Formats: sequence, structure tokens, C-alpha cells
Amino acid sequence: MSTLVQDRLRAGAFGNAVALSCRECGATQELGPFYACTECFGPLEISYDYPSITREQIEAGPANIWRYQPLLPVPADIAESPNTEPGFTRLIRAANLGRELGIDRLWVKDDSGNPTHSFKDRVVAVALSAARELGSKVFACPSTGNLANAVAAAGARAGIPTVVFIPHDLEIPKVVASAIYTNRLVAVRGNYDDVNRLASEIAGEEDGWAFVNVNVRPYYGEGSKTLGYEVAEQLGWHIPDQTVIPVASGSQLTKVDKAYQELIRLGLVEEKPYRIFGAQATGCSPVAQAFRDGHDVVRPVRPDTIAKSLAIGNPADGPYVLDVVRRTGGVVADVDDEQVRQGIELLARTEGVFAETAGGVTIGVLKQLAESGALDTSAETVVFNTGDGLKTLDAVADRVGPAATIDASYEAFTAAGII
Amino acid sequence: MAVSVRVPTILRTYTSGESEVGAEGATLGEVIDDLETRYAGIRSRVLDDAGALRRFVNVYVGNDDVRFLDGLATPTADGVQISIIPAVAGG
Ligand SMILES: Cc1ncc(COP(=O)(O)O)c(C=O)c1O
Ligand SMILES: [Zn+2]
Repeated sequence: MSTLVQDRLRAGAFGNAVALSCRECGATQELGPFYACTECFGPLEISYDYPSITREQIEAGPANIWRYQPLLPVPADIAESPNTEPGFTRLIRAANLGRELGIDRLWVKDDSGNPTHSFKDRVVAVALSAARELGSKVFACPSTGNLANAVAAAGARAGIPTVVFIPHDLEIPKVVASAIYTNRLVAVRGNYDDVNRLASEIAGEEDGWAFVNVNVRPYYGEGSKTLGYEVAEQLGWHIPDQTVIPVASGSQLTKVDKAYQELIRLGLVEEKPYRIFGAQATGCSPVAQAFRDGHDVVRPVRPDTIAKSLAIGNPADGPYVLDVVRRTGGVVADVDDEQVRQGIELLARTEGVFAETAGGVTIGVLKQLAESGALDTSAETVVFNTGDGLKTLDAVADRVGPAATIDASYEAFTAAGII
Repeated sequence: MAVSVRVPTILRTYTSGESEVGAEGATLGEVIDDLETRYAGIRSRVLDDAGALRRFVNVYVGNDDVRFLDGLATPTADGVQISIIPAVAGG
């Protein structure tokens, strides 16, 4: 089967990527729709023949993730293909939030500005390219919500049929914001881990399906590197001292670290120590728990939290999150649902950024770490907001609202005591 | 106990392409031993050198992840379906 894959591929289909290699045992495999090592079940990673590349070349590229094409498993002509063109979202100087938390130099990487309002558009764009180059007939995913939105939209734009699987009890905006793009949205009775298992089984049976976070997951994961590249570029080509990142499967966090390592290796930034912190919701905190317990494996949990986008009880990259965080001197911590809501409100009131629950988790953890001293409040810090508050309105709908409902008269206004 | 085992793509080289095979055993550990007698080499793909489940393998007895049950000691009732699934998916 694999030789057939190679025969069908056009030259340069995966850019500078050369092989898949097992993160556990190092066994290599040719590029194709494969995700688990045949020797040990370990995750396959893309390896590259890295080009030499300059800051100027990158800066001359498009204002989206394709400016980093040479560092992604995508062809040189990727920018001409129909895709959602995600990335290059704003990095905002968060002076108000910083003052509130006592952090001197704080930035928010606001990835709610992507086409379907979460960082998932990045990973999906890279997975879409793989699906296209592999000649896949169906573009699919199991999702906690945001990924479903991104896959359904990208498939519509690329003209590839999509099949999208979600847990049956997702927030309504996330359901509608998938169904609007596809008539094959499937709600599964069960939690995300059940949906994920089903998708893995389907991926094993159906030929020609590209499940973005299953059989083309090695490509998908690479899309998250662009968050790391962008942060460094937007800071004027340096790596921040501290980066705080939400963790569900853990893919994003480990890929931001990979991005920082690549930038150093390619000479695009100066080598320096940096720390990476992971954020989870207490109701689904298997990685934070393993971190506290000093374990290097993660014991799965059954999630129970309002942060549904992060509700993965059996995180595929959990062990690697622990590796990255421990290697860089960071922490994985968690906050409860009340702190998640407070985090959403705090970011909105201080910076005018409305985060979804995942962002509330990350801001909540930032606050906790700043207060406990685990985070160095004098060091340059970047915190990620990876999704949009309009998708999880219910989380805060009973906390905020009109200060008064009045008649349309000046007297009524003054009587209401608003100012 | 006669059980059926769903085999992931990467192990089908051992089962001559079969995606579902029969096996015997009163516990998951026994079922895996039995699979080894039928499809030599398959056990060391699923278990590590110490004989524990590899960290990137999920095994389900019926609908339940065996890490929520008794791991390799999980009982396997007659007719139950066991699924072996790579764990590195999701996000
Ligand atoms: C908004 C948001 N942030 C963060 C994540 C976590 O991503 P990962 O699975 O790569 O850890 C998700 C995952 O679904 C998400 O939807
Ligand atoms: Zn391996």
C-alpha cells in the first residue's frame, strides 16, 4: 500500500518534509496517511531536510501561515490552492491585564481572529494540503467543537466532502457553526474520547479518508508550529521567556516548542532559555495531575468541565507535554470552572478580547501562576487565547448583562444611576 | 471464553489482513497470549518488554478502556468484543 502512495505523489507534495519518524523508537516510514509506528504504536512525526532560510524571505511572504511554507509539510505552491488562509493573528501588548496580574511585560496571542475563530484553522490548513496531495476522497475529524468548525469550512472551500464527528452535548454555536458548512455532521452519544475512538476505528476501515487528527495527524500537528513562529516574529524575532498554552490533546503545546527549537536551529532567533506552561481545566486535568504527581505517563480521566473544547480525558500527547514542560522549567496547572469564567471576564474587561472557555482556562492559569510565583512576573510572557467567546456564550451569560433596562427618556436614564 | 478482537491496520500484517479475529481467554492477558499462539509476534507489538501494555495502545473490552478497569487482568466474558486501537489520535 505504501509504495502505491509514493507512486501517486507529485514531486514536492510535502515541501521539505522527507519522512515520518517515530517519536518513541526512531523507526522511519515514508510520507503517507500514517500516524502510528508499526513497531511500537508511538506517534509519527514529520522530519525535514531543513532549508536555509532568512527572516527577510519569511517577511516577504503572505500575511498568513504560508509565509512559513518551507518549514511545513506543504508544497511550494500551497498559497494558490483554495484554503482558509489562517494565521498571522494579532499579538497584543496586554498592559492592562499585566498591571492587574503584576506581570511587567505581557502579550496576548489572539488566535480567535482566525477564519473560523480558533487556532484549529492552522492545523486544518496543513492537514487539508496533505489530504489533497494524497488524493483523499473525504476530509473528516472527531472534534471537541472548534476542529469541527475548521474542518467543515476548509472542506467546503476546497470542494472536498467532509464528515465531522462531535459529542452530542456540545455548545449550540459550535454545532451550528459546523453544520452550516456540511450536511454530514454526526453527533455521537458519548464524550470526546468515545468519538475519538470511533473515528480511529472508521479510519482503519475506510480507504481514502483523511481524518485530520487521526491518520494525517502528523501533518495536522505541524500547523501549530506556526503559532510559535508568529509569536517570535511578531516580537521582533525572539522567543519569549515564558509562554502559557492550553492543553487538550497536548499537540499544540508540543508543537510550539518544536517551532522555537527550529527557529534556534535555523539561526532565525538567538538561542536562549525559555519556559513553557500548560493550562487545563480542573474537571479535565490529567496532564496537570501527572505533572504534580511526578509521573511521566498520564492516567486518563472522564471529563467534567465547561471548557468542552479542552475536554479530552485521554490526551495523545500528554507524555510529551510533560517532557517539554519539565525540560523548559515550566508547570502544568489547572483552574476550576468558576476561575475559567473569571478568566474570560478578566481578559474581556482589561483587553477587549472575548475568549472562549479555553482562553478562560489559560488566563485563569496565568493568574494562578503569577500569584504563586511559579511564573516570573518580571519576564516577558505570552499567553494564548485560542478561541472565540461567541462560541461559548453560556459560560458567562448569567454573569454579565444590561446594568439597567429603562424607558427611552432622559429622566429614566438619569434615574437609573448608570454614571 | 471465546472473544472477538478488532485488529488495527498496523497489526494486520500478522493476521493476514483480517480486521477481526477470534481468540480465547478469561482475561485480557490470556487473550493476548492466545493471539500470540495464532499470530506469532503480535504480543510484542502490543506489550512492552516488561509485559505491560505499551503506552500508545488503547485497549477496550466492550466499550471500556481497560485502564479504567483492571488492565491486563480485566475479565473477558464470552462473546465480548475487544478493540486494540492506536492511542495517538485526537485533538
Ligand atoms: C480553542 C482550543 N484551544 C486549545 C485546544 C487544545 O489543542 P490541543 O489538542 O492541540 O492540545 C483546543 C482543542 O480542541 C481548542 O479547541
Ligand atoms: Zn516506534
